[in-house]
Amino acid sequence: MKFLARRFAHAIVLLAAISFFSFALIQLAPGDFFDAMRVNPRISQKTIDGLRAEYGADKPFPIRYARWLRSLANGELGVSLAYNSPVGPILAVRARNTLLLTGVATLLAWLVAIPIGIWSAAKRGKFADRVAGAATSTLLTIPDLLLFLALLLLAVRTGWFPAGGMISPGLEDAGFWSKAGDIARHLVLPALGLAAVTLPMLVRHIRSAMIEVLEAPFIRAARGHGISRARLLWRYALPAASNPLISLLGFSIGTMLSASLLVEVVLSWPGLGPLLVEAILSRDVYVVVGAVLLSSVFLVAGNLIADLLLFAADPRIRLDSRGVNG
Amino acid sequence: MKIGSEALLEVRGLGKEFAQRRTFSRTRFAVRAFEDVNLTIRRGTTLALVGESGAGKSTLARCLALLEKPTRGEIRFEGANLPALRKRELFSVRRKIQMIFQDPTSALNPGMSAAEIIMEPLVIQRIGTKEGRQARALELMESVALPAASASKGPLEFSGGQRQRLAIARALALEPSLLILDEACSGLDLRSQELILELLGRLQRTLGMTFLYVSHDLRSVAEFADEIAVMKDGRIVEQKPAAELFENPEHAYTRELLAAMPSMETICAGRLTEAAL
Repeated sequence: MKFLARRFAHAIVLLAAISFFSFALIQLAPGDFFDAMRVNPRISQKTIDGLRAEYGADKPFPIRYARWLRSLANGELGVSLAYNSPVGPILAVRARNTLLLTGVATLLAWLVAIPIGIWSAAKRGKFADRVAGAATSTLLTIPDLLLFLALLLLAVRTGWFPAGGMISPGLEDAGFWSKAGDIARHLVLPALGLAAVTLPMLVRHIRSAMIEVLEAPFIRAARGHGISRARLLWRYALPAASNPLISLLGFSIGTMLSASLLVEVVLSWPGLGPLLVEAILSRDVYVVVGAVLLSSVFLVAGNLIADLLLFAADPRIRLDSRGVNG
Repeated sequence: MKIGSEALLEVRGLGKEFAQRRTFSRTRFAVRAFEDVNLTIRRGTTLALVGESGAGKSTLARCLALLEKPTRGEIRFEGANLPALRKRELFSVRRKIQMIFQDPTSALNPGMSAAEIIMEPLVIQRIGTKEGRQARALELMESVALPAASASKGPLEFSGGQRQRLAIARALALEPSLLILDEACSGLDLRSQELILELLGRLQRTLGMTFLYVSHDLRSVAEFADEIAVMKDGRIVEQKPAAELFENPEHAYTRELLAAMPSMETICAGRLTEAAL
């Protein structure tokens, strides 16, 4: 339990620091939301000052941060200047979409990577392993952006998949199943792209973790008892290799999130990515801070989940936290 | 003396090479682990295989434990030539040859309980019923002096010496006729080593088991082995009854090994008096 409590406290401190620094950094950047109005001769300085006062932008940094913290408590997370409404609800919708995308992509990537990684490790140095190695290297060298653009091109040229968005116009009020089907069709390309970005990394890690375990004497002992290959790989080696892989899961959620910002912009998936880009360009401070904070929450949550799984899966960690040592 | 008994396992002209390729090169070259090895392990005795690290002892042990395939040569065991057997036939031979590894911690699956670990070979070999296997596991734990109460503990909750005894219990589950011990004692403290050697001695007396005991340390095998084979650079340079080897080492390398033993005189004296009796 101590292990988990420590991890949890760690996560809270981390999030507090992230909120502070992202808030401070965007304040340090020159210019603000009202610059665009200032160059507009039809808006007087007085109007702008009035607006600044209304949104509290004229107050010094510590006060603004304190106010923002207070609005964090009621879930508003400040006010979006561009949308003229609280940030919280705007973020919630976008976050749901991003979670849907990264969740599906993570599942897809792992479902593909685990069999390939295991197969490569079992056939180390053989033809199948070399083919898998070459394929992952190739995929690894393709820039993410190029890959996403290629997917977009595919969608536009063939018309097999919608070229962007999350739902077809006119279907917003359709029944649940036709809506779900339509969203799934929109989801294919971004999820594929996102899965392809992390796939090579996953395959390589799974392969090397498996190779390490396959050399372990207890695997040798099981082979000495005449165990079948499938049972050896899936029931013995994979659980034993799961420790680094579970940590990798947390890490892969992080990579997924940062890659998802890009894929969302390119394939116009209405997640946090496009919102963040828009907000940064228009200096919509609270939206930026909110989006950054939310991404960090996901990342930290991903790692926490990984820690929890690790705790459940690895007897060594459980023993350590009970104070029994091998 | 037990030396006169019949051969359980006979190795003739055994060789093992690993094919290697340099990075960016297409040509393969062979790394030789050992070659032209001849050995005889007699039923109910202990043969110690001694040599410095890198001599090829462990690879040889793994080939005999059917964990690796030798490149050439014969392993005669109960009338069959093991390297020539097919996978299906090897499956039943595996019951009779079991191996103990140097590091018991990594040799035991950390995700299983002690009882599950001991039952594991029985499950894999599809021997007995679930209840029967459970009873057998407890029986085996007792025979290696582990408390039956700790049957549900994980392997990491045992001490190093206990772990090695757990590994031995697992190997014993299949009632093998040959037990190969690869440096099985070298990671353990003296008291644990003593306990394990006692256990092995008892097993040999009561069950008539045969041991191949691989070690880099001539001293540790001195009072335990019936015969000693000395290995150097992938070849067996000498195989002799232990007393004879200490008394009359033929090969220069054996003499070197003997000279490297700090307490040689005392052990030799002990051996001599034993031989005289």
